[in-house]
Amino acid sequence: MQSSATTNTAIAAGYQEAATEHHGHPDYRMFGLVMFLIAESMIFMGLFAAFVIYKVTIPDFTKELELLIPTVNSIILVSSSFVMHKGQSAIKNDDVKGLQLWFGITALMGAIFLGGQVFEYAHMEFGLTEHMFGSCFYVLTGFHGLHVTAGLLFTLAVLWRSREANHYSSSNHFGVEAAELYWHFVDVVWLVLFVLVYLL
Amino acid sequence: MSDATIHHAGDRKWTDYFTFCTDHKVIGIQYLVTSFFFYFVGGVMAEMVRTELATPDPDFVSPEVYNQLFTMHGTIMIFLWIVPAGAAFANYLIPLMIGADDMAFPRLNAVAFWMQPVGGILLISSFFVGAPQSGWTSYPPLSLISGKWGEELWILCLLILGTASILGAINFVTTIFKMRIPDMDIHSMPLFCWAMLATSALILLSTPVLAAALILLSFDLMAGTAFFNPTGGGDPIVYQHLFWFYSHPAVYIMVLPFFGVISEVLPVHSRKPIFGYRAIAYSGLAISFLGLIVWAHHMFTSGTPGWLRMFFMATTMLVAVPTGIKIFSWCATLWGGKLQLNSALLFAIGFLSSFLIGGLTGVMLAAAPFDIHVHDTYFVVGHFHYVLFGGSVFALFSGVYHWYPKMTGKMYDETWGKIHFVMTFIGFNLTFLPMHYLGMQGMNRRVALYDPQYQSVNQICTIGSYILAVSTLPFLVSMALGFIKGEAAGRNPWRALTLEWQTTSPPQIENFEEMPVLWAGPYDYGIDSESEDGDEDVEDMLTEVANVA
Repeated sequence: MQSSATTNTAIAAGYQEAATEHHGHPDYRMFGLVMFLIAESMIFMGLFAAFVIYKVTIPDFTKELELLIPTVNSIILVSSSFVMHKGQSAIKNDDVKGLQLWFGITALMGAIFLGGQVFEYAHMEFGLTEHMFGSCFYVLTGFHGLHVTAGLLFTLAVLWRSREANHYSSSNHFGVEAAELYWHFVDVVWLVLFVLVYLL
Repeated sequence: MSDATIHHAGDRKWTDYFTFCTDHKVIGIQYLVTSFFFYFVGGVMAEMVRTELATPDPDFVSPEVYNQLFTMHGTIMIFLWIVPAGAAFANYLIPLMIGADDMAFPRLNAVAFWMQPVGGILLISSFFVGAPQSGWTSYPPLSLISGKWGEELWILCLLILGTASILGAINFVTTIFKMRIPDMDIHSMPLFCWAMLATSALILLSTPVLAAALILLSFDLMAGTAFFNPTGGGDPIVYQHLFWFYSHPAVYIMVLPFFGVISEVLPVHSRKPIFGYRAIAYSGLAISFLGLIVWAHHMFTSGTPGWLRMFFMATTMLVAVPTGIKIFSWCATLWGGKLQLNSALLFAIGFLSSFLIGGLTGVMLAAAPFDIHVHDTYFVVGHFHYVLFGGSVFALFSGVYHWYPKMTGKMYDETWGKIHFVMTFIGFNLTFLPMHYLGMQGMNRRVALYDPQYQSVNQICTIGSYILAVSTLPFLVSMALGFIKGEAAGRNPWRALTLEWQTTSPPQIENFEEMPVLWAGPYDYGIDSESEDGDEDVEDMLTEVANVA
């Protein structure tokens, strides 16, 4: 956010434009996306709160988890956020090839993360209904995994659309920014989840 | 999606109201009519409940059907009547009040609306598989053993409507922050917009937590986990915490928009500036904030530890402070005004008196020692109907009368409107006031059978509810007469100052011919204003504007 004075002028300018041309509205989509993510984070807060209550109140709640794959997964997911940011920097210089390269790598890293999670599920000692920890584990990681899947589809959609020349440019790339912000969100949620479920 | 282009100029066709239309005014009307339809459905269920309770024995419907009826009545009235009715006013009014041509995200807006009928049909279809019987709160373990598929449909319905509500809130906040005309700063914005800001903040922060609770409940129901099932080592109290973290704020989500409506109606029809503009604006935000930290007062009998009870008792009682600020400000607005006792103002005054009772019984219930005595009795039923019917629905009718001329371009029938008010006021008080007495005597809610000693008082409630049901007829007559032969309203029949009255009635597509001009504050009634041609009284200027066709 800039200073409020600049924002006000921006609004004023935007309105004038909008009054003459319908599709010339200033872009409020990022503002809306941020609010959507606030709401999304509250779902995770609710699930995490339930997890913490169970952890504190149920005796012998916590079960040991194999840490190797999830740690590698965490490193992949966190670094993919930086990789993705390279893509956004590329499009700011009108470099569509760069965008495609970095977003392609991000999508690959996201797919590896999901593959790792599937592998982890397949080799888990407990199922969904055996004990409370297991139920929490699958619901939390599964719900997060759904978000990774959504973020992956989002990234692939950007890649698909970038085939068309001039679809994204330095002045018009909301889709790129939105996919990136969503990916960062999924990433941060994973870090909280990793600490809560695996480490504590 | 190809035909979902963002509104284009031209005339509004009646068929637009049945399509995926992105005009905020069409969406507002769609919300309003849909929610009135569900009000009718939920109302029929309420009358069946009351008919059953006319006698102590389950003779009208079986206890199972009775459980389904009150569960569906509660769910429909909350999620398909009052919440979307608030969204109806917000969609219709916010862009007009701030001088914008539409909402910030018109297509998202239409998506949010069309989720309402989907959710409603899912919910009602649960009657075919055995409707849920565990009340609108769906407490486990009861909700886990009383019919799997009905319960699951109920969960799906709420997830869909909750998502719609969040999408709506995103739209409201963005529109209010980003699309005001340049010379309207946040402190010259109509109070209805402030109310919707407070409401939207609550929706964004609390509705997702209900989704979390419902997802876990769904796993317990369908996948055999035991998050909330004590027989599997789960904890039903966790559900109660998550549920009430949404469902207490939900009360404010249902009443704050209508506080906004009252703040608009009172100054116009008493020809006085609103008393305490900033106090009303900020007390709404205070209610939002406090609303997030009071949820466990619904759980005083759930084995909550003493310190927790003390905390939630104190925060709950604190809510009375910002609410009191509003009530006193509204009374002060009326005080000494030139009251025009039309249907809109009558319903607003009806709101003040009945909501006051609902608020005061709320403070009583906040006191843990008293609450433990009357928990799950008819006292609680009486209390929340005074808040949600006496508060929200009275203000809703006030708003419908107030903006009917703007929405249709014609005046409603005043006589039938007044008959509507008198019947509603009598029917409402006859139905719900005796419930406080019943609750204090120990009559439990949500049971089809009761001790015969309560029969006479219950019959008063039932008669009152019939009057309340019949009272919707004069409302429909007033609306229909207005539509068929009402006189033309003109732009500004109430000589009001907020921007929606500066445009045609009904407003043209894209709302204003040119960007509207703020020549007075939203509530500067009866104040000398300084215009270019010297000091002209606002009232005179309003008369001039009103005469423009």
